[in-house]
Amino acid sequence: MKFKFLSHTADLKFRVYGKTIEEIFENSSRALFSSICEEKIKNKKKIKIKVSGKDYLNLLYNFLEELLFLIDSKDFFVSEFLSLSINKKNLSLSAEIVGDSGKNYCVHSQIKAVTYNNMFLKKYGKRWIAQVVLDV
Amino acid sequence: MENFRHEIKKEGGMNVPGVIYASEKIYEDIKKDRASEQVKNVAKLKGIVKESIALPDCHVGYGFPIGGVAAFDLKKGIICPGGIGYDINCSVRLLRTNLKKEDILKKQKEIVKGLYEKVPSGVGHGSPFQISYKELDKLLEGGAKYMVEKGYGIKEDYIHSEEEGCMEEADSSKVSKKAKARGIGQIGTIGAGNHFLEVQFVDKLYNKKVAKDYGLSLGQVVVMIHCGSRGLGHQVASDYIKLMEEEYGFLGLPDRQLINAPIESKLGKDYFKAMSAAANFAFANKQLITFWVREKLGEIFYPKKVKVEVLYDVCHNIAKIEEYVVDGKKMKVCVHRKGATRSYGKGRKEIPADYRNSGQPVLIPGSMGTASYVLVGEKKSEEITFGSTVHGAGRVMSRSEAMKKLSGNEIKNNLEKLGIKVGAGSEKGLAQEAPEVYKDIDEVVRIVDSLGISKKVAKMKPLVVIKG
Repeated sequence: MKFKFLSHTADLKFRVYGKTIEEIFENSSRALFSSICEEKIKNKKKIKIKVSGKDYLNLLYNFLEELLFLIDSKDFFVSEFLSLSINKKNLSLSAEIVGDSGKNYCVHSQIKAVTYNNMFLKKYGKRWIAQVVLDV
Repeated sequence: MENFRHEIKKEGGMNVPGVIYASEKIYEDIKKDRASEQVKNVAKLKGIVKESIALPDCHVGYGFPIGGVAAFDLKKGIICPGGIGYDINCSVRLLRTNLKKEDILKKQKEIVKGLYEKVPSGVGHGSPFQISYKELDKLLEGGAKYMVEKGYGIKEDYIHSEEEGCMEEADSSKVSKKAKARGIGQIGTIGAGNHFLEVQFVDKLYNKKVAKDYGLSLGQVVVMIHCGSRGLGHQVASDYIKLMEEEYGFLGLPDRQLINAPIESKLGKDYFKAMSAAANFAFANKQLITFWVREKLGEIFYPKKVKVEVLYDVCHNIAKIEEYVVDGKKMKVCVHRKGATRSYGKGRKEIPADYRNSGQPVLIPGSMGTASYVLVGEKKSEEITFGSTVHGAGRVMSRSEAMKKLSGNEIKNNLEKLGIKVGAGSEKGLAQEAPEVYKDIDEVVRIVDSLGISKKVAKMKPLVVIKG
C-alpha cells in the first residue's frame, strides 16, 4: 500500500508508506493528487522543482506546498516523477516531474494548504511512514 | 425558553470560560468531534476577553473550531491565523434581481450552461481576467472599490458590503510574491470544495418589514455567491503561520495550530495588514463574479431588462477591531470570526443607510440543495457573541467518508427530482458537499433566531447550482 485516507470531519488526512524517504515524498504527491482528481493524469509537460527544509518533516511540508503552488500558479497536475532525490546533508530536494494542465481534468476537491496538524514522518524498522492533514 | 447555553467551566490553563450555543439535538452532534476541546484551547490564549465562544454550526477546524468566535485585548492580546482560517474572507454575497421563479424555470438549462461557462470554477488559475502585478497590488488595497473603478460594477455594489468592500488596513507589500503568484490568475473564480454560485428564489418571508427594506419579496430570484480569497489567501495564512512559528515557537501552546503573535508586535501587525489585503482580494473576486452574472443573465433574458443589485456581502473568516462593552466597560478588541458572521443590530453606522433602521443583513448559505437564509442582525449579539452569529450548517461527516458512502450521480439525480439543476466539475465533489454531510440548517437557524442574536427574514431555495 502506498497511501490511505483516514477520517477527519473537515479536512483530509492521509498516511503514506515507503521503503525509502524518497518514496514517502512521491507517495505523498500521489495521495495529494488523488484527493483532487480521480482520473489518471497524462504525461504532457515536464517541470523541475527544488525545495529545501530544516528537517525531513519541514521538507515534506515545503514539498507539498510547492505542489499546491504549481496547481494554482501554473495549473500543473503531477503524473509521475522522472527523478526525485534528496540531499540528506543540506536537506534539499530536487525533482523532475511530468504531468499535465489541470484544465483537462475533473477536480473534486480544492486543497487550501498543508498543515502541521497531526503530521509525522518516522521510520519503523525498514519502513517509513508519514501522516499529513490537508486543509480543504 | 430552551436553554441553548452550554458552559465550559474555567479549568487548567484557561483564562476565561468557554460556551457552546446549541440545542440538545445539535449539541449531540457537536460532542462527537473535538470542537469543545478546541473551545477550551482557545480560552487558553493570551489576552482573550470574556469567553471562548462556539456557535451552533461549530465543528472541528484548524486550531479554532469552525463556528468559533473569540475577542482579544488590543494591548495584551494576540492575533491567531488559525482563528481566521486558511480561506481568509471566505464570504457570501447575495444579489437580488427583478426576475421571478417562473422566469428561471423556463430557461433553467440555458442558465446552468451559461453561468457554468461564464464564471470559472475548479482549481488552478483559469480566469480570463488578467492583470499585472502592479495592478494586483492596487486591487489588494482597493478590494471591490478597485473593481468598480475599473468599470466592473457600480458604487452601490460595494456600498452594500461589509467594510464597503475594502479593508482600509490592507498593505499589499505584506503579501508574499508566492501568494500573489497563486492568486493573480484566480480573480473572478469560485474555486472548488464548498464554494458555489446558486440561483435561488425566495420561498418564505418571516419578517415583511425588514424584507421590504432589503428589497426581497416572495418568488423573487436571488443569486448567492460563496467563495473567498483563493490561493492568495491560503498562502498568506501559510506564510504567516510559518513566520510566527519561527519567531515565537509553539512550546507552551495547547495546540501547534494555535500559533499566534501579539497584536502589538510587528509580525502581528503585518499579518493583520496581509489578512486585510487577502480579504480585499475576496471582495474584488465577488465583484467580478457579480459583473459576469449581470452580463450573462442580461444576455439570456434579452430583450427583457434584467436588474441585478447587490443586497449585501458578509465575511465569514476574518479578524476585525471592534468595540464592545465588557464587564461594564467599553473596550476595543480584536474579534476573530472563524466561520461566523458579523450580526450588527439596527442603528450602527457600519450598516448601509438604507438598512440602518432594520439591522445588518446576515447571509447564511445552506448546504447544496437545501435552503439558505437571510437573517437580520440584532443588538443581543453585541451583548453575548461579540456581534456574531452562525455562517452555515456546519459539517458532520468527513469528506473521505462522504465519498465512500455517497454517489455524486445519485445526489445529482435527487437534486434534479427536486427541480434543481446542477453544473459541476466533478461528481465526487458533489458527494463531499451533499446535504447529508451537514447539520440541519433549519435547526441551526432556529437556534440563533430563538437566542435573538439574529432574526429570520427570508428563506431561499435553489433552482440552479454551479460548483467546481
